[in-house]
Amino acid sequence: MMTLAIEHSKFLRLLLTGASLFFFPALAAAEMPTPPASAAPSDDGQWTMPAKDYAATRYSSLDEINGANVSHLQVAFAFSTGVDHGQEAAPIVANHTMFIVTPYPNIVFALDLTKPGAPIKWSYHPRPAAASQGVACCDVVNRGATYSDGKLFFNTLDDNTIALDAETGKELWKTKLGDINTGETITMAPLVVKGKVLVGDSGGELGVRGWLAALDDTTGKILWRAYATGPDKDVLIGPRFRSFYASDNGSDLGVKTWPTDAWKTGGGTMWGWIAYDPDLNLIYYGTGNPGPWNQEQRPGDNKWTTTLFARDPDTGAAKWALQYNPHDEHDYDGINEQILVDMTVDGNPRRVLLHPDRNGHLYMVDRESGEIISAKPYGHVNSVLRIDLKTGRPVMNPDKLTKIGTVVHDICPTASGLKDWNPSAYSPSTGLMYIPHENLCMDWKSKPVSYIAGTPFVGAEVVTKAGPGGNRGEFTAWDPVEGKAVWTIKEDLPLWSGTMATAGGLVFYGTMDGWFKAVDAKTGELKWQFRTGSGIIGQPVAYRGPDGHEYVAILSGVGGWAGAIVAGDLDPQDPTGALGMNGVMADLKTKTAAGGTLYVFTLPKS
Amino acid sequence: MSSPCRNPDRWAAAAQLLPFALVAVLAVASTNASAQQDAAPAAQHGPNEVFVTGLFPNGGTPPPKDPIGARFEGNNLAIAAGKQLFGEMNCTGCHFNGGGGMGPALMSGHWRYGGRIDQIYASIAQGRPNGMPSWQDSLQPQQMWDLAAYVKSLSAPAPSSASQIAEPGTRVKP
Repeated sequence: MMTLAIEHSKFLRLLLTGASLFFFPALAAAEMPTPPASAAPSDDGQWTMPAKDYAATRYSSLDEINGANVSHLQVAFAFSTGVDHGQEAAPIVANHTMFIVTPYPNIVFALDLTKPGAPIKWSYHPRPAAASQGVACCDVVNRGATYSDGKLFFNTLDDNTIALDAETGKELWKTKLGDINTGETITMAPLVVKGKVLVGDSGGELGVRGWLAALDDTTGKILWRAYATGPDKDVLIGPRFRSFYASDNGSDLGVKTWPTDAWKTGGGTMWGWIAYDPDLNLIYYGTGNPGPWNQEQRPGDNKWTTTLFARDPDTGAAKWALQYNPHDEHDYDGINEQILVDMTVDGNPRRVLLHPDRNGHLYMVDRESGEIISAKPYGHVNSVLRIDLKTGRPVMNPDKLTKIGTVVHDICPTASGLKDWNPSAYSPSTGLMYIPHENLCMDWKSKPVSYIAGTPFVGAEVVTKAGPGGNRGEFTAWDPVEGKAVWTIKEDLPLWSGTMATAGGLVFYGTMDGWFKAVDAKTGELKWQFRTGSGIIGQPVAYRGPDGHEYVAILSGVGGWAGAIVAGDLDPQDPTGALGMNGVMADLKTKTAAGGTLYVFTLPKS
Repeated sequence: MSSPCRNPDRWAAAAQLLPFALVAVLAVASTNASAQQDAAPAAQHGPNEVFVTGLFPNGGTPPPKDPIGARFEGNNLAIAAGKQLFGEMNCTGCHFNGGGGMGPALMSGHWRYGGRIDQIYASIAQGRPNGMPSWQDSLQPQQMWDLAAYVKSLSAPAPSSASQIAEPGTRVKP
């Protein structure tokens, strides 16, 4: 199922913008949101971090592959990872070598792009503890490695951060950051900022206390660790902390907004994305859901779960915080990406970040102050009526609040959000943000739950279902200036893959039944698609090969929360399985099978 | 270990396998015949057959059934108690209502570590290497048998009412 709705006036405006760009470049440049140059330097043809750059644009300025020739795209080479769980990682490209990290057991492969067929240059087997598989909430995924200054950094499911010599694969250091016996795992891709490797934990469904840590990139020594809950000294909130909204200011809110000691098992893990603004010297990231899901066991705002933090990367000190979903009761984690752009708002230049939250709203937030400039729904939402810009808080729909013993029907979006972890892209050439997301709702029944370390701390029975229209996925092109969708592609299955935009006027993404697609960045028209071996939940990247030509790479292999029914061979007879995902994904078993293969595409040699 | 002749289950299984066994014997016979013709047996100094099946090494059979299991399997009181524990001990967090999630499905009839009630009991008590915790220090044997009865019931065909008579006094010595 795939239909397309284009708003023609927007298309015209884009054409006009193109014309005015020609005659009045300065004027047009002022209108089009632009990533700060310090966070999105000119493209060197590599792809060294999953988000492409610190601004998290996931935009390649390569344009050899474009709308006119993409139909000729063909496989340059493929590579089996040998692991058939969800492949969420972005292939990383540096020094003509491609690095991929697999789901558990987190094998790292370095492929030599200078040789025909890109043979294995080296591989590294960290051999994580097998038991870590049993405390990973939603398949045993890994979201990728990061290259910096001759080293490759990645995390293992059993809570280690490892640095390898990128040339040889030799282990340089290995630092243990957590304990799987408490339910703690690591699935996120690290980010390297100013010689510090930034790493956060997973386990929000097991009562894990969230944190973000900075490790010295040379020694692996932990330089600071900022918890998401607890007293200010643990959260690294000091005298210079000043949030924009009143309810995000106060002392020890990470303790006072919880019942006694509940913050110790309260979640707020950090398993998503970090952006960095070198000019302001601030990192931005969001924290995960509070635990347990049953909200009646934790009255209060539950700070600092589902919270956007701005921190000084040198010390970890928080500059400000913005809690997206105070006292969350729908599992709306705040870990989705932040894309940094500078743009004109009401005639004034603003430094903003764009964040599509699980709660269904696209937040435009001032990077300096933490003020929400706007927050608008980018799909179907009924649990949140609107975001109050005076308080920064969502105005909740009382009919969709959750209670013990009561089944609350048709809460939209579902627990995995209008959009989960899979990252968006921003194209400075179209001025559009591309959001791969879901269209799912849920029935929710809360129930009491006890904390038993190392076991799930959830207390809710959820059954997910398709949202209005029946299409479970959507790919939305969003205009940040107008604050609205320009076009939307409806997809049958939920979209669990990331996306990438290119200067070739194309946007790439994958579907859970294995189609890798290129669509026109202006109109959303399908330009090319290729059926890979398994469902796609990975992150596409583009790079310039040693031969000077453009290549596009994607990992295929279904899994993750939405694909756990295939990756974990779960039983669709129980719709509550996989945290409520089993029923709505029952047909996935008939549409794809588990896999794990890298595909790299290029144009035929002329 | 019980001998096959004294185990009716194994006799039944053997009877079901008889046609296959005959085919296998014929196949072996024909192989032997051709081997003799070629005068080049495949294994001159070793066994010509090794065990490649089963949950246990070297073709071993599971430990004998724990007779206690029979008192819990299909027992409605045990199943109800086990269901309650299954929620209280957060088993539902991983296995949900049998469909699985973080942990494997328990209603599909596919068992990694054996699907007999006493094998399920052993998995609960000992834990398993891919993340199943060990519960023998936290729960009493009676509770783990109740859990095993509930887990076993998830993949069982709908029970007939006549065979499901509760045994209120059922207790296990730790």
